Amino acid sequence: MSESLVTMGGVEKVFRRGSEDIHVLHGLDLDIARGEFLALMGPSGSGKTTLLNLIAGLDRPSTGSIDVAGQRIDQMSRRELAHWRAVNIGFVFQFYNLLPVLSAERNVELPLLLTSLSRSERRNHVATALRIVALEHRAGHTPRTLSGGEQQRVGIARAIVTDPALILADEPTGDLDRKSGDGILDLLTALNREHGKTIVMVTHDPHAASRASRRLYLLDGRLSTEMAA
Amino acid sequence: MRFGRLVLANFKRHKLRTLLTMLSIVVAFILFAYLSAIKKGFEMGVSVAGADRLVVRHKISLIQPLPQSYQAQIERMDGVALSSQASWFGGLYQDKQVQWGQIAVQPEKFVQIYPEFVIPPDQKKAWFETRTGAVAGRKTATRYGWKVGDKIPLQATFNRPKSGNIWTFDLVGIYDGAHPEVDTTAFWFRHDYLEENRLYGNGLTGWYYIKIKEPKNAESIARKIDEQFANSPAETKTETEKAFIKGFAEQVGNIGAIVTAILTAVFFTILLVAGNTMAQAVRERVGELGVLKAIGFTDGQVLALVLIESLLISMIAGGIGILLGWLFVSAGDPTGGALPVFFFAPRSIVTAAVLAVLLGLVTGALPAFQAMRLNPVEALRRE
Repeated sequence: MSESLVTMGGVEKVFRRGSEDIHVLHGLDLDIARGEFLALMGPSGSGKTTLLNLIAGLDRPSTGSIDVAGQRIDQMSRRELAHWRAVNIGFVFQFYNLLPVLSAERNVELPLLLTSLSRSERRNHVATALRIVALEHRAGHTPRTLSGGEQQRVGIARAIVTDPALILADEPTGDLDRKSGDGILDLLTALNREHGKTIVMVTHDPHAASRASRRLYLLDGRLSTEMAA
Repeated sequence: MRFGRLVLANFKRHKLRTLLTMLSIVVAFILFAYLSAIKKGFEMGVSVAGADRLVVRHKISLIQPLPQSYQAQIERMDGVALSSQASWFGGLYQDKQVQWGQIAVQPEKFVQIYPEFVIPPDQKKAWFETRTGAVAGRKTATRYGWKVGDKIPLQATFNRPKSGNIWTFDLVGIYDGAHPEVDTTAFWFRHDYLEENRLYGNGLTGWYYIKIKEPKNAESIARKIDEQFANSPAETKTETEKAFIKGFAEQVGNIGAIVTAILTAVFFTILLVAGNTMAQAVRERVGELGVLKAIGFTDGQVLALVLIESLLISMIAGGIGILLGWLFVSAGDPTGGALPVFFFAPRSIVTAAVLAVLLGLVTGALPAFQAMRLNPVEALRRE
C-alpha cells in the first residue's frame, strides 16, 4: 500500500435542523493513498459532497479526525484552513464556478494571488496550466464566450495552477454532454497518471467513476462497499 | 495592487447600476460644494475674524448710533491699540438696492486694524489724501467694471447729503483679500466726508472697530468698555468681531444649521442608495465569494475585497463630485454677487474628501461583514 495522503478516523457529521439532529456521516474511516484516483459514488443525500467538503477543510467533522498530508485539518482555525486550502487543495466544481467578469487566464490566476509569486511568475504558471488543459488559445476569453467543456477545463486549470497535493472534483462532468465529459475525464486521468495528482471525484455516473483507480460507495452516510477498479 | 484587477472587474458586472450609483454620489458632492460655498458666504468671514479685534455698538441695536466722543475714551483704555469709527451708508447704485456693504471708516486707522484688505501703497496714500476717496473690493469693482479714477455716484437713502440726493465718490483704490475668505465686495469711504456732507447725524457713528494689544484680554476689555458707558444715554455692547459678524449673519436665519440639515438629508439618502448597491452586489455574488473562500481566500481578504470596492465607488465618484463642485463654484456666485464671499474652501474640500471615505466605509461595512461571515459550504450550495 502506498503512503496515505488522507486519513480519516471515526468521522461523524451531524447537522442541526431546528430541534432535529441529522446524521449525515456515521463513523467513517478512510485512507486515500498519494497518487490515487478515487471515485465517490452514491445516491443524492448520501453524504458525498459533505465528505468532500470535510476532506477539503471547508467543513469540520462533528467528531473524528482528518489528517491530510500529515496535518490535522480538523483542529485548524478558519484562517489556518483557508491558508491550508490555498496551498494543498484544487477544486473542480460541477457548474465550473468561474468568475464571469474575469477572463479565463484571470480566473486561473485567482489562487496564485494568494501566493508571493510576482506578476510574471504568475503569468508563467497560468500559461502552463492553460497549456495542460489545451486552452492557451482561449486565455483572454470570458466564461460567457466559452463552451461548457471549455469552462470546465478552465476550472481544472484553476485547480492545478498552484500544484496542490489533492484535487477534489464535485460532479465534474455533471453539467456536460458525453463528449465534453469524456474530454474532462481524459484530462483528470492524465493529471493522475502523468502528473501524479491525487484526485477525489464525486460522481453519480458509473461511466465517469470507471476512470478512477478505486470506487467508494456511500449510502446513508456509511461507506457501504469498497471495490477495486 | 495584487487584488486590484479583481476589484475593478466587479465594476463591469452591472455597469448601469454602478454608473447610476456613482452619479448620485457625484451630484451629492456637487451639492455639498455649492452649499458649503453658500454657507461660507453667509458666515461673511466669521472664520477669518481677527482674534485681536472687537466691535463696540449700541446696546439696544446695531442701527442705534453711538457718539463719536466715545472714541477718545476707548482709545485711552488699557489694552486698546486703536479704533476706527464705522457707519453703514446704505446707498443705491444705478437706482438699485445694492447687495454690497458701503461703510464709512477712518482710513488711516482702518487699514491698520484690517491688514487683510490689501490696497496698493499708492492707492492707500491717495485714499488718505482724498476727502471724497473710496476703495472698492475687487469683486464689486469687476462686477460694475469700475477702475481707479472713476466717479461713483450713490443715491442717498437715510444718509441725506446737505444738497441734492446723490453722493459722489472718487474711486482711488481697489482692494484684494489677503486670502480667499476675505470679503471683496465692500465699498469703504471716509467717515469725515460723511460727517461734513450729511444733513443729519453729525457727531455720531454706527459702531467702532477696535484693535486690542493682546487677544487673550478681549473679554476683560469688552467688559471694561461696556462698564465705562453704562448708565449713559448710549450704552454699549462690546463683543469680539467673530460674535458680531455671526450675529449680523444670523439676522437672516441660522444658515449654517439649515445647510447642515440639507446636507445631512442628502448624504443619508446617498448612504441608502450606495448601501443598497453594495448589499445587492454582495447578495448576487454569494456563490463567487464561496468559490474565493474555497480556493483559499481568508475571511479578512474577502472583507477587504468588498470594502475596497465600496471605497473605490465612493472615492472615485466623490472625487469627481468634489472636482466638478469646485469648478462650478469657481465659475461664480449664482446669486450674481449677493454673497460677499463664494468659494469652496480648502477646509470644506477636506471635509468632503473625508465624507467620501466615510461613505465608502459605512456603505461597505455591512455587506463586507456579511461576506466575511459567509460559510463557503453554504455559499457554494446557494450557487
